[in-house]
Amino acid sequence: MNSHFTRQTLATASFIAVCLTTGASAQAFEPQDFAPQGKVECLAPADPGGGWDFTCRSVGNVLETLDLVPRSVQTVNMPGASGGVAFAHVVSKRAGEKQLLIAASTATTTRLAQDQFNGMSADMVTWLGAVGADFGVIAVASDSDFQNLNELMDALREEPSSISFGGGSSKGGWDHLKVLMAAREAGIEDLPAIKYLPYTGGGEALTQVVGGHITAFTGDVSEVLGFAASGDLRVLAVLADQRLQGDLADFPTAREQGLDVVGVNWRGFYMPADVPEEAEAYWVDALDTLYASDEWQQVMTSNGLIPFDMQGEEFEAFVNQQIEDIHQLSAEIGLIQP
Amino acid sequence: METLGFLMDGFAVALAPENLLFGLLGAILGTLIGALPGLGPANGVAILIPLAFSLGLAPETALIMLTAVYAGAMYGGRISSILLNIPGDEPAMMTCLDGYPMARNGKAAEALAISAIASFIGSLIATIGLILLAPVLADFALTFGPAEYFALFLLAFATLGGITGKNPIKTVVAACLGLMIATMGIDNTGVQRYTFGILELYEGVDFIIAIVGLFAISELLTFIENRAGKGHQTIKVNKLSLKWADIRGILPSSLRGGVLGFIAGVLPGAGASLGSFIGYTMEKKAVGSKGYFGSGDPRGVAAPEAGNNGASSGALVPMLTLGVPGSGTTAVLLALLISLNITPGPLMFTQNADIVWGVIAALLIGNFLLLLLNIPLVGIFVKLLSVPPMYLLPIVTMVAFVGIYSISNTTFDLYFMTAFGVAGYVLRKLEIPLVPIILGLLLGPEMEKNLRHALDISDGDWAILWNSGLAIGLWAFAAAGLILPYIVGPVLRRRMRAANPEAATGD
Repeated sequence: MNSHFTRQTLATASFIAVCLTTGASAQAFEPQDFAPQGKVECLAPADPGGGWDFTCRSVGNVLETLDLVPRSVQTVNMPGASGGVAFAHVVSKRAGEKQLLIAASTATTTRLAQDQFNGMSADMVTWLGAVGADFGVIAVASDSDFQNLNELMDALREEPSSISFGGGSSKGGWDHLKVLMAAREAGIEDLPAIKYLPYTGGGEALTQVVGGHITAFTGDVSEVLGFAASGDLRVLAVLADQRLQGDLADFPTAREQGLDVVGVNWRGFYMPADVPEEAEAYWVDALDTLYASDEWQQVMTSNGLIPFDMQGEEFEAFVNQQIEDIHQLSAEIGLIQP
Repeated sequence: METLGFLMDGFAVALAPENLLFGLLGAILGTLIGALPGLGPANGVAILIPLAFSLGLAPETALIMLTAVYAGAMYGGRISSILLNIPGDEPAMMTCLDGYPMARNGKAAEALAISAIASFIGSLIATIGLILLAPVLADFALTFGPAEYFALFLLAFATLGGITGKNPIKTVVAACLGLMIATMGIDNTGVQRYTFGILELYEGVDFIIAIVGLFAISELLTFIENRAGKGHQTIKVNKLSLKWADIRGILPSSLRGGVLGFIAGVLPGAGASLGSFIGYTMEKKAVGSKGYFGSGDPRGVAAPEAGNNGASSGALVPMLTLGVPGSGTTAVLLALLISLNITPGPLMFTQNADIVWGVIAALLIGNFLLLLLNIPLVGIFVKLLSVPPMYLLPIVTMVAFVGIYSISNTTFDLYFMTAFGVAGYVLRKLEIPLVPIILGLLLGPEMEKNLRHALDISDGDWAILWNSGLAIGLWAFAAAGLILPYIVGPVLRRRMRAANPEAATGD
């Protein structure tokens, strides 16, 4: 049963892959089974102005420019429970809707992994793809004694409660988990003793680090750009598999300092469950086209997003793996019951 | 000198005809957004961002328009506070306390005019402060750690007695109710408190819902009851008759309120509500027993209005110098800057000087436009009062419902808001003031967060709370605010009795 299922998924995956690679030529021979008509809706599970809201609005604009949607994409905000209210709404009321995209990120998978959506799980929706990412970062004030990630980890190893970390997500959230992943990799055992102070946003946490009230910042690369450029902040490590491009190439990775930690905060979309395969394929294809476009590359550079291109089956597998990893880590540090 | 040059360049940009036009449009839209209960300034600005983009506006034009919206919303919030006793947004809450009584006394036009002037003065002080002191203030904001923030919020609560005179215990009860409501949601440590497994409650209670429910809906319910009984008194509509003496009378209050508000605004963890609140309570303390706060004292309108406008311009200091938003609205403005390819952070002033100074110039111009716009408009706003309440109140409530729904897109918030309305009605019957409830709700979570952060850092050692000179100073202020009335009060009363034996007997 299980292996049969896997084979089928693989078949579908390769089918989609063929469609994607052949792209335009395939379209010329056989008419598309699905094309959106009328209104396309993008659900941002937060207040206007936040990351998800940005994902919806900017992707909506580019989809429109590229003529991938018939008219405009309407962004609808539905804040609550870090995306939980929107997730519940999509699962219970919107199943089968072919023209609804919902913005998501690593915050969504973190909540799912820690079972904070009232028992709902990742397989209740259709995961479409990511359109970019923000890599994790650990930084200290520039007048701090810590020169690299290993010195910070040595101090933690000696006394786990000696260093206070601040970040923009809640306790147990993604920013907190990044610290714990690094500490676990460094062989620190008493993970729950590590101090993490949640702030309303990454910016607020940064002022506390630069002001000398707390020791270290944990967050995303896009959050530290301003303070790093002004020289107020020392980036100890980027949690990426290799050095970033351009100006960001100065930041050392955790991996090159001997700690194999990668923290990807992807930005992407899911859609309701029970969607016809053609519709799903259409949107996967649309996101792929969007990602490759100059217009989107422009949006990514101007907003500090880092290349992260993953759609369809590969993305779904990635999401499930990330949820699995976060679940394990959260259980290990006692955030949830295993 | 260099600063002046930049500012001149900023003016050149902001005074271009097209930019001026969109600035004016923004000021009008902002006033409307502020005046409508249920649609806060943050959401108003956020909703208008796509409009700015779809009109294909140039970056500086878009920014100027939205800055004007931001400034306008702060002016607009007072209108429904004064005319209807329903705050248009949370910082306008304090304006209800004396603005509404003034309107009931037949001085609605004066209240509106005074508050417009005070708003202007507050903004002007803050904008000048922003121009001259921004880098210094950025350093000042950085000195505030969790202990200092905690002491600051404590200071706010210590002056709470300044809000309502009649029964201090009821004020305390109201504040406690607010603090209790504030504990709902997922707390700092990730533990759920009073969420009952309902996803909508995970992030706690939204202020806007509480404000609209407690003020607008309970007002409607009270009105229905009065109507069924002896009928509702219509407020007399008056012509504006503002003398120079009236303006001079509120000048000191506006200056004090503006400065206090500005300081609160500069601190990213404090905000405009704290600005208008401290502006009001401190003013009441400063004026002392000579005032008649709570029953229509113009100074009680001027101080909080200057305070909240000072704070909203002050909130631009951390936004422009540190890239850290000082309020919900500046968070949205910051998002706009980012989408204009500007990296938020300490280098914004140097790297994007043109845009930053354009914003500041737009703010100054916006304030002049708003003052010019608001004084003649007083007549039109006041006319609202001649609409019979039986039409006006349901319309206001309906607009509030639409506003709330347009932000959250869930019916849950509407039910919740109605529940707050019923609770507000009951509380009014018990003569428990509503303003301290909102204050508890607004300030409680921040106070708790900072206390927990402080104790986390110190491993549970309470001494961290008075470990810096700044914190000790704030504690001393808080203690003085709490104790002084009990020492000074009797002394003053004795002196008054000695001076005027007949008048004092009623006290």
